[in-house]
Amino acid sequence: MAQPRMYVMIPIDADTALIGGREVKSRFSSEIARHGLSDEVAVMETGSFGPSNQGVLAAVQPDGVVYGNLTPEKAAEIVREHLVKGRVCGRFFLPGEYPPTVKEAMQERPRGEAGRIVLDNCGRINPESIEEYIAADGYEALGRAVSEMTPEQVLEEVKQSGLRGRGGAGFPTGVKWGFCAPCKAERKFVICNADEGEPGTFKDRLIMEGDPHKVIEGMALCAYAISASEGFVYIRGEYKLSISRMRQAIDEARRLGLLGKNIFGSDFNFDLEIKIGAGAYICGEETALLESMEGKRGVPRMKPPFPAEKGYLGYPTNVNNVETLAAVPAIIRCGAAWFKGMGTESTPGTKVYTIIGHVQRPGLIEVSAGVTLREIINEYADGMSEGKFKMAQLGGTAGDVLGTEMLDVPMDYDAMQKVGHVLGSGAILIMNQSVGIGEFLDCCMQFFLHESCGNCNPCRNGLKVLKDITGRFKQGKAYAGDIELMEEVSMTMKSAAFCPLGQSPAAPLMSALRYFRPELEAAIDPTMERPRTQRVRLELAELMV
Amino acid sequence: MAINLTIDNQPVSVEAGSTVLEAARESGVIIPTLCHMDGVSSPGSCRVCLVEIEGARTLQPACVTEAADGMKVKTNSKQARKARKLSVELMLANHPWDCNACVRNQDCELQSLAQSMGIEEVRFPYAKETNPADKSTPALVRDMDKCILCRRCIGVCQDVQGVGTLAPRSRGFETTVGVGAGDYLEEAICVQCGQCSAVCPVGAIYEQESIDQVWEALDDPEKHVVVQTAPAIRAALGECFDLEPGTRVTGRMVTALRRLGFDKVFDTNFTADLTIIEEGHEFLTRLKKALVDQDQSVKLPMFTSCSPGWINYMEYFYPQLLDNLSSCKSPQQMFGALAKTYYAQQQGVEAKDVVVVSIMPCTAKKYEAGREEMNDSGYQDVDYVLTTRELGRMINQAGIDFVNLPDSEQDSPLGISSGAADIFANTGGVMEAALRTVYEVVTGRPLPMDKLHVTPIHGLEGLKEAVLPLENCLEEWSFLEGVEAKVAVAHGLDNARKVCDMVASGEAEYHFIEIMCCPGGCIGGGGQPRLTTDEVRKARIGAIYTEDEGRPVRKSHENPAVTQIYKDFLGEPLGHKSHELLHTHYRPKGETPAETKG
Repeated sequence: MAQPRMYVMIPIDADTALIGGREVKSRFSSEIARHGLSDEVAVMETGSFGPSNQGVLAAVQPDGVVYGNLTPEKAAEIVREHLVKGRVCGRFFLPGEYPPTVKEAMQERPRGEAGRIVLDNCGRINPESIEEYIAADGYEALGRAVSEMTPEQVLEEVKQSGLRGRGGAGFPTGVKWGFCAPCKAERKFVICNADEGEPGTFKDRLIMEGDPHKVIEGMALCAYAISASEGFVYIRGEYKLSISRMRQAIDEARRLGLLGKNIFGSDFNFDLEIKIGAGAYICGEETALLESMEGKRGVPRMKPPFPAEKGYLGYPTNVNNVETLAAVPAIIRCGAAWFKGMGTESTPGTKVYTIIGHVQRPGLIEVSAGVTLREIINEYADGMSEGKFKMAQLGGTAGDVLGTEMLDVPMDYDAMQKVGHVLGSGAILIMNQSVGIGEFLDCCMQFFLHESCGNCNPCRNGLKVLKDITGRFKQGKAYAGDIELMEEVSMTMKSAAFCPLGQSPAAPLMSALRYFRPELEAAIDPTMERPRTQRVRLELAELMV
Repeated sequence: MAINLTIDNQPVSVEAGSTVLEAARESGVIIPTLCHMDGVSSPGSCRVCLVEIEGARTLQPACVTEAADGMKVKTNSKQARKARKLSVELMLANHPWDCNACVRNQDCELQSLAQSMGIEEVRFPYAKETNPADKSTPALVRDMDKCILCRRCIGVCQDVQGVGTLAPRSRGFETTVGVGAGDYLEEAICVQCGQCSAVCPVGAIYEQESIDQVWEALDDPEKHVVVQTAPAIRAALGECFDLEPGTRVTGRMVTALRRLGFDKVFDTNFTADLTIIEEGHEFLTRLKKALVDQDQSVKLPMFTSCSPGWINYMEYFYPQLLDNLSSCKSPQQMFGALAKTYYAQQQGVEAKDVVVVSIMPCTAKKYEAGREEMNDSGYQDVDYVLTTRELGRMINQAGIDFVNLPDSEQDSPLGISSGAADIFANTGGVMEAALRTVYEVVTGRPLPMDKLHVTPIHGLEGLKEAVLPLENCLEEWSFLEGVEAKVAVAHGLDNARKVCDMVASGEAEYHFIEIMCCPGGCIGGGGQPRLTTDEVRKARIGAIYTEDEGRPVRKSHENPAVTQIYKDFLGEPLGHKSHELLHTHYRPKGETPAETKG
């Protein structure tokens, strides 16, 4: 086939696959063939554009036109009108002005200019084609690293970039690698944590679905920097499409010798495998993830020893989030200085957010770190869908609740910390006045109660207590003293629980109290009397000593 | 290397690698613990030992946190006190409040914790699902409503015993300790050693009680009730009455049993001596067949067969080695078979009216008594088995002031024994007792060791061995001249597994191997007073050796009652009568014990 003059690009991710994305794609192909345009117009599968409530999308390039809510019939019409007759089908445009995310994705940008780093290929290339990834500068960073740089230089570059872990904790990535790099051992592992389980977070899925090679390249760079030669991608089992795309990408990379022995003719060897998680939230915690990988019950390990020292099978192991690893190739390719030129001082680079809730345009965006919540809602999510903004929760269920006071705080790790909040994994849940704080907190506690691994006592039993209390707030039948009890139990769990799961319920509860205490106080029903609990038989216990 | 830290502002110096808990103990600070058991398990999950460490983001569990140089630990800060107290309160919330009617009342670690923390009210409602207790096996009761998920039982079952019956099941608030894949212990592969019951801090796992049935038999004027006590009881029973571990209470125990109303107070020690005669001759016969007759069908090394948990383990996990197992029944079962035949005849009572009660340090003995192989007297040879703990409770029920009892002696003839029988109680003891006899039978000279002790097989090392050169043998045994007898001793099933693997692969060059199911041997059995730590094991073992050394007769073959029973009743070792009453053959277990039974 000659070089096509036009491309129809259809994002196939887990969502669009379910609502008929592949049917739309095949209808495009068949209609194009029927009109004899197969040599001129190519139909291409690609990763997510970002929006998640606009049905099946298709972009027609180079016209830069994006259609939404497509059906096979509409696809036929677009072929007839737009591709054959050159008349853009205005009625299938996405309503309103299209948010900058897709515009950015559609624009060719000179390298180095702030824009998408992690998602730059999502929606631009076919994720199942390693050649397209390579054409988009893919594997250039790896090639340069192994042939021109020492592992120490790669590590130093990542350190210099100031990249911070994008899984939620924001720990400096280079420092983490630096723990593992000097550990001497027979085997060493790089693990990509793709057990994305924080409610409302789906960035890692869309990165793997849209640009799997970037994750592989990031892992290979990490392996080179810390002298590891084996890697695993731990993907949650529900992510079927991520698993198949990653698997396909690994096979392709192996075929071209980008994984395996003597990569780029150097003496660097690296290969990787996929491990599939069984769906426990706790397995996203890195030590529980390691237990799960070893075939054990997914419960967190005692730290220290840290995984960097004793991880998978007892060998030094570096675990990073998908988004973190996906940012690495660009850092090595374009340099730490370039990366630091974006975002804020404490959080260089970009941040991928998944926006959900009461906004016009929920979905995936990648923006400079430091953008405010108000900007995200108004400019990237096109404003509230209904009602007035009441609160947002950042970073999923384990994250803080923010009131209107926080709308203008720049969202980077340090600025958020300064105002007493945590940026978290990148989930942004926007809620309007229709959501009651009691109802919301009860929902959060239900999640934790369900996902607690049951290993440590404060988490196992404490969550039951917290869920009871929030249940009463939800029904407006709280006892006097419930706020104080909730505070005591959750704050004690924060200091006493074994792992971050049990330490987290305090985040939504305490931040909610900060902004919505009057609403919770109003849920106390003075007519309700706390039932008197049984007294422990101490008189007997006293006898025994 | 020593490291220096401060605990509650007190400087303390400990070996590198010590935990904060150990350092605290060193400096005289008591940190409460629950899930932690020295050398067994330390999941760090109960959060009862939380302390504040300067610079740490959260509180740290003292039991698993390694002490570091310069560390500043506060065990009594407000935050730490509050967290520990709430941890216990949360546990109490989902623990049934029927303490007064619990088998562990006043012997419960949760109760004492609640007391020491000053908890006077539990503010949270009980929210757990309730289920009836699992009483499906003859040995153990599992009342999971009372379980506080400390996981000590899982630690012993998986790591110490290497059996792995117990494992956490479900998640979060629904977490329970599961048994295999089913709901009942009888469906699972479990050797019924009861180590889980010995480490349980609350009333969630305990022995199936037979106290009521024993009372009933004692109250029945038609029944002639005899009791046997295992060697290990006399070194541990005192702990039920707050005596120091290692207090020898043989005489008081006999008095107490008489006061409880037993018609005769006998001793399992008697059949332990008999076991040595039978097992020793079996061993020599095997050696002869193998070395002189070149009989390929004879299996060596020979394993001891006194420990019912070990028998169960072999039937489940190493059925291919069953022919290596001595065909001797355990002393408990030899006793039962003789009590209802030899003794009944001698006493002029009908076997059907004889009730045999055993006091055992063991829960697997309850299972053993009910085995189909154990009816050679024409009746179930042993009727009821009580653990040491149950006997303690029975003595309390009868209002006997145990501590101040006078001593008395066992009845004749089944109560007469040697020091060699005493040491059946601990790891290495059966082997030493056997060597005392075998060596003398073969050479005509006593075992050439100080105080007849084979010290290489003493102690708590998991796997021990000894070599005994046989020289100047008597003519009958001249084929053993110059042979170096190699023996091995293992205790705790995970160590047994290692030995079995060596035997199965052919790399073991032993002649004779002693295995005891529980760590430390029977003195550390699943039915012993709680809590059996290594310190307690050592104290009990010390008591047993003292008992042995104080005896006029210290070799089984010199026990006059044993000589008498061969003359009067059994004829000769390995003779027809012995074969009928004292030996058996075990079969591989199917997938579940139920299948074998059917």
